[in-house]
Amino acid sequence: MPGGLRTIYDREFKQIVDNILKLGDMVDQAIANALKSLQERDQVLAQDVIENDEGINRLRFEVEEACLTLIATQQPTAGDLRAVIASMNIVVDMERMGDHAAGIAKTVIRMGDEPLLKPLIDIPRMAQLSRSMLRESLDAFIERDEQKARNIAGRDEEVDHLYRAIFDELVEIMAVKPDSVERATYLLWCAHNLERIGDRVTNIAERVIFMTTGDMQELNV
Amino acid sequence: MLAHEAPKISVRSLNFYYGKVRALSEISIDMRAREITALIGPSGCGKSTFLRCLNRMNDTIPGTQIEGEVLIDGIDIYRSDLDPVDLRQRVGMVFQKPNPFPQSVFDNVAFGPRILGLASSRPELEEIVERSLRRAALWDEVADQVSKDAFELSLGEQQRLCIARVLAVKPEIILMDEPTSALDPIATLEIEDLMSQLKEDYTIVIVTHNMQQAARVSDRTGLFWLGELVEFDETRTIFTRPAQDRTEAYVTGRVG
Repeated sequence: MPGGLRTIYDREFKQIVDNILKLGDMVDQAIANALKSLQERDQVLAQDVIENDEGINRLRFEVEEACLTLIATQQPTAGDLRAVIASMNIVVDMERMGDHAAGIAKTVIRMGDEPLLKPLIDIPRMAQLSRSMLRESLDAFIERDEQKARNIAGRDEEVDHLYRAIFDELVEIMAVKPDSVERATYLLWCAHNLERIGDRVTNIAERVIFMTTGDMQELNV
Repeated sequence: MLAHEAPKISVRSLNFYYGKVRALSEISIDMRAREITALIGPSGCGKSTFLRCLNRMNDTIPGTQIEGEVLIDGIDIYRSDLDPVDLRQRVGMVFQKPNPFPQSVFDNVAFGPRILGLASSRPELEEIVERSLRRAALWDEVADQVSKDAFELSLGEQQRLCIARVLAVKPEIILMDEPTSALDPIATLEIEDLMSQLKEDYTIVIVTHNMQQAARVSDRTGLFWLGELVEFDETRTIFTRPAQDRTEAYVTGRVG
């Protein structure tokens, strides 16, 4: 909590929080653009997502480095220490979310000009859902709101549910139309990346709960 | 500091002897304006001796000898035409134990300005005292009791009073020799917080046994060992990836 006599700690931790929010925006944009590149079959945009992932990786290391320095120089304890440790974990999850967005973009490039196997309905829903979960998890982090973090778990179940529906549908199509296997697999990969993004947001929520309460527990077991 | 900005304090090949014993060997170090430089190291490593070289406090110890240069703003403070009293006004010092004079809070802070004739009237003197106490984060606690005996203050307040006394003579550099070792953790954090405010206007050099304090408060840290400066670098580097094995051993507590 800011205040008291930890001016330097407070200032440096605020910088870390600002960078986490910036990273959150970059990841959110990466997911949005990856989806857009899939919907519009825009390979240039897909290439952008892949190249921008480098910036996400860099900022993740920058935040980790700042956390390391903060621990070494300011010796945070109790809630302050948990906040720094949670921050280090959160940026790792966000960086992996960036990788999953890039994974979708790579699939878009592989697909080339081949027509989509089927219209996109549930995949954009998954993307919408995971993006709003990401924003909520960061709100929970900023506000140190345990309940908000717990609510994320329920949203992730919706993502998982959509993934299972997509999976079943695509497997069924592959079974009847063997020549569709490649195109079905592309969509499966996109859905899989989104499902993993949902799991990563859940990890962030777990870290927010750890930060606010000190409890380490897995949501969605 | 910009890369081309000259250091505030520049020490070149400094050797210091107590009689025949060499206490400091070939120390070269640049300290920047408006930064806090921390000097750490085991007892007897020479860090306090070094600190006292920066305002010629060692001059008063018989049988000592100094070689090398200590430049402040590019001018050697050991030049024969330089008055050590003027120097000590520019380079103030705060000691391990608070050492207020047995006088009122007001007179403690007014002492230096009176001797140096910094105020031409009582209101001007009062203004200097108030400004110094404010700057030392003590004003709110003593505003309505400046005539109180300084020894009635808590130890932490006494130390801030000593800092106010230094500030009253308008120094450029403040040397601090273990300024919090007599204080409890909260009073310690109050002094540290004050230091980080003061560095906006002053160059601060602190000697501390408490390396966590060096880590918390300083911009750069130097490790002294057996009279040598082992390593000097940004504090974050010293405490996360020091270049020297001896520094790593000292900051991780794996000495000996």
